[in-house]
Amino acid sequence: MHKQSWLAVRKDLTPRRHSVLGLIAFLLPLAVWCLISYVPFIWHPMIKVDVPGDVTWFKSGLLIPREDFAKEVTRVQTAGGNLPTGTRANPIFLPAPHAVGRALYTAFTTKPVLRGDLWLHESLWMSITTIFWGFFLSSVIGVPLGILCGAHPAVARLTEPFVDFIRYMPAPAFGALMVAVFGIHLEPKIAIIVIGTFFQQVLVVSNTVRKTDLGLIEAAQTLGAKRRQLVWRVIVPASMPDLFNDLRILLGWAWTYLIVAEVVGVSSGITFFINQQAKYRNFDNVYAAIVIIGIIGLLTDQVLAFVGVRVFAWKNPRPSRMRNYLIRLITDQYATPLIKIPQYKPTVAK
Amino acid sequence: MSTLNDTFALPDYRTQSPAVTERFRKLKERPVVLEVQKLGREFMGESGPVTALRDVSFQVHRREFLCVIGPSGCGKSTLIRMVAGLDYPTSGRMLLDGKEVHGPGPDRGMVFQGYTLFPWLTVTDNVMFGLQMQGMDRNQAQSEARQWIELVGLSRFEKTYPAQLSGGMKQRTAIARALAANPRILLMDEPFGALDAQTRAQMQTHLLEIWRNVDVTILFITHDLDEAILLADRILVLKANPGEVQEIIEVPVPRPRSLGQINSPEFLAMRRRLDELIHPKADAHSSEVEKLPIIRLTQVGDDVE
Repeated sequence: MHKQSWLAVRKDLTPRRHSVLGLIAFLLPLAVWCLISYVPFIWHPMIKVDVPGDVTWFKSGLLIPREDFAKEVTRVQTAGGNLPTGTRANPIFLPAPHAVGRALYTAFTTKPVLRGDLWLHESLWMSITTIFWGFFLSSVIGVPLGILCGAHPAVARLTEPFVDFIRYMPAPAFGALMVAVFGIHLEPKIAIIVIGTFFQQVLVVSNTVRKTDLGLIEAAQTLGAKRRQLVWRVIVPASMPDLFNDLRILLGWAWTYLIVAEVVGVSSGITFFINQQAKYRNFDNVYAAIVIIGIIGLLTDQVLAFVGVRVFAWKNPRPSRMRNYLIRLITDQYATPLIKIPQYKPTVAK
Repeated sequence: MSTLNDTFALPDYRTQSPAVTERFRKLKERPVVLEVQKLGREFMGESGPVTALRDVSFQVHRREFLCVIGPSGCGKSTLIRMVAGLDYPTSGRMLLDGKEVHGPGPDRGMVFQGYTLFPWLTVTDNVMFGLQMQGMDRNQAQSEARQWIELVGLSRFEKTYPAQLSGGMKQRTAIARALAANPRILLMDEPFGALDAQTRAQMQTHLLEIWRNVDVTILFITHDLDEAILLADRILVLKANPGEVQEIIEVPVPRPRSLGQINSPEFLAMRRRLDELIHPKADAHSSEVEKLPIIRLTQVGDDVE
């Protein structure tokens, strides 16, 4: 069999390499993290005190920079007394992988420190609600407006210069204003996500819509399609798969705005949880929360991508890579197309 | 070609058999579907206006098959796009059934070289599109579309998406889609230009078959001279810079046509005339196939010819 070079230019990877490389993409950073955490001589700039000895201000479990610890040791040595002992450790902001792994579970089971604070799953749900409403409200107006901009140059000219202008203003800058308008609870946070998403959305959507093949529009015109029909029966369905992908990417942006939005007014959601845990120096919980955001984002994105391939099957008549891969795993054969293509036999003209 | 012409004494391309003359007499008695009057188109070039087409006038009778040919850049595509209403003329006018037309409409159906099928619709839905645009309800449009799909021999592909069709099948779908909208005239802009030679020959036969059985008038653009002779009742020859009508020729080849006629005297006579018009005997300086200034890069004796 022909072996393809690993660095071949613009050639599709074999399904095996595709999944192996995808796995390594996650394992590599994890390996680096393990190396730093578990191999003492690589970094470990601190000493964790085991026995304080005769150093008055040492306490068991205290983290001290190595130089300070060494200074105290020589001081106690010259004075003659019980030497303190300790082990090398990483700073508190870098917990080991197993600690974060454990926290991924325990963070959900730990009771909130203060009464009235939210459990992690409640915080997460709050964040998801905020994102959902922000993105939903933005899309309800942004997508149709973007479509109109893409279809009618006049609407685009009337809208886009101003949208372009606001787009450059950072959404968090509107924080104080939004609190004044909407109060201190979820509303200003949703508003910030809307501000962060909406203006980008209009431009991205209109750009995608503008890329509709002019030939299709002309063909529809010669078939009698009028203005509204051109927009809703040709331009919209033609750009639907690309619009779907645009929204997937924009949803990712909405998550980045979430973190700034949640510190506006009363801190809420996952950001509140992260800040709270950082205050208590539970950095394993902080990392766990961040990882959870990543997992939620990745999962939604993958689910949406999968849905997109199904819904817009007309664009991908060939079986998906995922399906191909699963079938190859089981039967070692490539998948046949989902839709059977009948063999063409020319009919003899009568 | 020249040796061939020397060997056989070809008839004049204007010589018609009595049957052919009779056909043209009857054809001209039919009402005029499309009348183009002194149509012109100017573009704004970098150094002032450029005339793409000037004073193009012709008539197409009901159920006539008119081909337009011309050298590249003569504006044949501009002409058909103006008739379709996708481009606008800067002078002159067009009458469809005696009424002036502006802008695109379903009365002038078009088949494009690039198929332009709606990729998100199945073959049936593509063919139904025009009917639905005219307000026909789904069920009726569907049953009507079925008949057109059967006519172009794609019944087994009704639920197939365009991406899965071959070029020839795509173009047959496009023809069915245009015909289903019931146009007064079918405009075809080099529809078989992107197909391989074998499929193209097949499609030409298909098209003649369809034209014979369906009440449709066809205006057909091509740069393939043989295709024009095989298909057309009359051929409108354009010349370039500016695009003007050079001659409108009645094709003397009798009907029904088939690829077997390609070596008949009438066909060859017609072909020679078109060659004269499209590729005039050029003097040595402006010969189209200029000798390339290539120096020898292989060793002496390493010859391939």
